[in-house]
This record gives sequence, structure tokens and C-alpha cells, in this order.
Amino acid sequence: MSEVRAETSVVTRSADSARPRPWYFDILIAIVAFAILVTLPMLFTSKALPDFVIRCAAFGLFATSLNLLVGYTGMISFGHGMFFGLGAYGFGLLMQRADVSIPTAIVCTLLISAVAAVVIGAICVRLKEIYFAFVTLAFQMLIHSVILSWQPLTGGDQGLRGGIKRPVFWGIDLSNHTHLYIFSCALLVIGLLLMRQIAQSPFGYTLRMIRDNPVRASFIGINVWRAKLTVFVLAAIFASVGGIIMSLFVSGAYPEFAYWTISGEGIFINMLGGVTTFLGPMVGTVLLLILNDTATRLTEHYGLVLGVVILFFALGLRKGLMDFVVDWLQSRRESSKGRHS
Amino acid sequence: MDLDALIGCFASSACVVTQTTSGLIIGMLLFLVAVGLTLIFGVLKIVNFSHGAFYMFGAYFALTGYQLTGSFTLAMLCGAVGTAVIGLIFERVFISRVYGRDVLMQLLVCYAFVLIFDDTVKLIWGPEFKSMGMPDAFRVPPWFIAGGIVPPFYVLLIAVALAVAALLGIGLARSRLGKVIRAAAQNPDMVSSLGINTAVIYGSVFALGCGLAGLAGALAAPVRSMTPGMGFSVLIESFIVTVIGGMGSILGALIGALLIGLIRSFGSLGFPLFTDGLMYLFMVIILVARPTGLFGKDVA
Repeated sequence: MSEVRAETSVVTRSADSARPRPWYFDILIAIVAFAILVTLPMLFTSKALPDFVIRCAAFGLFATSLNLLVGYTGMISFGHGMFFGLGAYGFGLLMQRADVSIPTAIVCTLLISAVAAVVIGAICVRLKEIYFAFVTLAFQMLIHSVILSWQPLTGGDQGLRGGIKRPVFWGIDLSNHTHLYIFSCALLVIGLLLMRQIAQSPFGYTLRMIRDNPVRASFIGINVWRAKLTVFVLAAIFASVGGIIMSLFVSGAYPEFAYWTISGEGIFINMLGGVTTFLGPMVGTVLLLILNDTATRLTEHYGLVLGVVILFFALGLRKGLMDFVVDWLQSRRESSKGRHS
Repeated sequence: MDLDALIGCFASSACVVTQTTSGLIIGMLLFLVAVGLTLIFGVLKIVNFSHGAFYMFGAYFALTGYQLTGSFTLAMLCGAVGTAVIGLIFERVFISRVYGRDVLMQLLVCYAFVLIFDDTVKLIWGPEFKSMGMPDAFRVPPWFIAGGIVPPFYVLLIAVALAVAALLGIGLARSRLGKVIRAAAQNPDMVSSLGINTAVIYGSVFALGCGLAGLAGALAAPVRSMTPGMGFSVLIESFIVTVIGGMGSILGALIGALLIGLIRSFGSLGFPLFTDGLMYLFMVIILVARPTGLFGKDVA
């Protein structure tokens, strides 16, 4: 990726970093976050909390990886959920049929998702905006229909049933709920840390540039198609990690994991939390899952409630939650600056 | 895979006729939905992601209209006009707020309405499968053409769709309104500075598009079963049609829809499990070979 490195100095100068941070800053935050997550179940004895956090980990990884496409590169994928589904089904099937260890299954699942993403991405990424959105959506529907119709392998509309074996590896026993919880948290934190590194790398700034001005980016000598395909594949890999967590959590896989509504919810999570900050999708995930749990408890018309909330955000607020926080911090900083001078 | 069945079918004229007619009605229904989608995109530059929901409304309106009046013609009108009215309100109140905003917002607003419309139908008509049944006028023995079965209703459906295609094609090319619409698609600012109310044009094009989807739903009501969420697969298929035919082209929508219809009907013989897959495969081939679609201008 020499062409990327060549123009980094140009791009980073315009970067929004206020003051330089030491390189280990993100790692420190990750370690602290992991420590907090691990101690959470000890502080609150509620049994629902670990389950909630595991689901947050699954959907959070999925949504954050989608933000790499939507927020950083400006590629609105409406079919990102297919990789979530592929992760869940790939992992579940490998564990049920192939009799391999969990780490091997995870690596193989990620490889499968990456290969699928290369093929699908190669077809999709040169399409513009709305075409890209719909053709990715079409591929999602294709994968969903394959899952439904390939009954002998996937169990059709019943999903993968019979549970997933969890052989002990490296002293970790995932059939133990505490182990599963810590394992999911670790995957979440590592995944977020890696994506953060991608977003802050020269490659990440190349992506922002492609989002803002693809023509200029290609004039500078960036292979836009290759950069977009690379981030498409990377995002797919992280999304399928989310799928793996989900399949471990429910001990199976269901066709809904590959249905288009997952992608729609992913897009909405991004909107809800805000696409301009790295952690926006994580905040959005927590909000949506709380909304989801409350709404499904109170009413059967979940779609109606979710639809109205989406409208409120899209037409009313026009911004995500984290965007408001960022704006507020900025205006505070500016007003304090004004007072000092 | 069952290639023998497919080859066997081509050997008998009866099977070819039967499969072709069933392919044609799939294609014609898709055409009515897709042409609305492509028209709205061409003029308003918005992909109506909730277009499938209007197809669903058309079917349910026709069902209610038929149950209330017992007249099939009125039921069809009910489906088409009712959805056009909803489309108009939807455009004026919500879609008009996202013109020129980024695609993400447009998609989100439409996505919200897919959820809302599906749940509304569930609230009003219930979540279970419904069917309207064939109207009495068409409960006659089918015609046999070259040994193949052709129900009269299918002929009506194909005729209605072809009439719509001809009317739209000629209307857009020749009539004054058609010219204004085409001008508004090219340069809305210029059109509005010439004293034409573009908001009216936008609203009526959107309503027309939705009405056509509603008509498709109403025509499908006697031959398909209805369920909330039935519109979504139709939306995806009609989007594939517009990708194949080219966004903004009526002829493209017609040809694309017929191709998809025939692929589905013959494909279901040869590849029963992979019928959907064939359709996507075809789309991919077209996209790779001609990214703007068969009849598309340079928009992709």
C-alpha cells in the first residue's frame, strides 16, 4: 500500500487531532474498559446484565464495523448483516459438523467471511451510493434465501438446532456462563481496539478522503477501488466476529441473523449513536437494545415503535447522540477559550 | 438441481406455454412495481425503499374493496387509488423533507415506514395469511393454447400491464405533462423558474408510482396469498429489475421484468432450490458486463 503511505503527510495535517496522544493511549482505554466489563457482574447480581452485555458485544462489533463503511468511507451498505449471518452460521456449522476446536472454527469462519466479502465486494464497491446500498441488500437476500432453502445443511427456517458443542480450549470453557461472558467482552474490546487502529491509521485517513472527495483521492494516486474493497473485507470480518458471539450466545443460528432487518438495524444504530465518532455505534447499540427490550416487553408492535423512533431521529434530531455530545464539548471548549483571551 | 425436468419441458409445447404464461404474469406484476420505482427515481432522485409496502397496501385494499362491494373492478380501483392517496400524503409530509439530503437519511426514513406500514397492516388485517380468491367472472375453465393452460385472468393481468406500459411510454414521450415531467427530471430549478409548480409534479409522480405498485398488488390479490411483509421480496425483485433494465428507463423496466419473470418460472423447473439464486446471478452478470443496465443512461 505504498500509494497510501505517500500521501499520509498531506492527510494527517488536516486531521482533527487536538493534541497528540501517546501510542498506547487506546490500549490503556481498552484495558480499563475490559476491567470494568469484567467486574460489572460482581457489582450487580442481576442475571440479565451479562446477557445484555454479550448481546451488546455481538451487535456492537457488527455496528462498529458497519461504521467503518458508512461513517468513514461513505459506503452505505444495506447488506452488512449478511456477514453477521455468515459468521453465526459458519461458526455454528463448523462446530456441529467438523469437530474442530473453537479457535480453529473462529479462524475458519473469519476466512469464509473474508472470501465471501472479496467476491461480493469486488462486484459491489464500484457502484455508487444507492446502487451500492441495494446491490449489497440483494446479496443479503440471496444469502438469506440460500440459508432457507438449503435445508439439509442449515435446517432451513428452523435454524441450526441441537446446540453447539463447546470443547474446552486454553483452559476456557465456554459452556460456563462466566467464561462465555469474559470471552465475549475480550472479543469486543480486542475487536474495537483493532478497528480503532484501522480508523486512525493512514489507511483510515485515506478512507475519509475517499468519502469526502473520491475524484481527488484517485488523482492523488490512490486506488479507490482497492481501498474500498479492503475496508469492505475488513468490516465483513469484524461483523462476522459479532455473528460468532451471537451464535455462541444462543447456541445455534437462525435465519433472522441473515435477514435484511439486521442490516437496517445496523444502519439505524449508526444513525442513533452518530457516525462521526468512533464509539457512536457502540452507544447506539446499547440504546437500541434497551429500546428493543422495553418495546418488545410492552407491545407486540415493535416495528411501529421502532419506526416512529427512527423517524424522530432522522427527521427531528437529524443527528446521533454522540454528535450532540461532541458539539457540546466543542462549544464548551470554545467558550472557555474565549473567556481566557 | 433437476435439469432433466427443464429439458423435458422444452420438448413439449404444452409445458413451454404454461411456464411462459406463469413467467409473464410474474414479470408483468414486477413491471408495474418496478416502473413506479424507476419513475420516482428518475424524477425525484429518490429510491423509494418503502415501495414494496405500497404493493402490499394495494393487495389489502383490493381485498377489503372486494369484500365490501363484491365488484372486482371496484376492488382494483380501490387498490390503485387508495395507495396513490397514501403515496401522495407520504411524499408531501415525509419524503419532501429529505430531498437533497444524504442517501442515508432517505433510506432511514423509508426503512422506518417499511416497519410502520408492515405493523399497520398487521394491526388492521391481522398477521395471518389472507387470500382474496378468484372473482366469479374469472371462474371459468382455462383456455388451452398449444396444449398449455392459460387462465383468462392471466390474460387480463398481462393486458392491463401492457396497457399501462404503452400509456406511460406514449404519455411521457408525447403529452404536455409528460414533457414537463421529463424536464423536471432534467432540471427542476429551470422548470420551476418557468412558472411550473414542481412540488405538484413531484407529488403526482410519487402518487402515480405508488398507485402503480398498488395496482400490481390488487392484480396479484386473486392469485397470491397476502401477508404483512409481502412487499419486501417484491421490492428487492423490482429493484433487481431496474438494475437490469437501467434506472429511469420504462422500456428497460419492461424488458428486465419479463426476463426475471421467465427466469423465475423456467428456473423453478430446473433449479427448484436455486430459483432466487438464478435471478441474483443474472443481475451480477448484467452488472459486471453493463453497470448502467441494459437501457440505462450513465447514472450508476
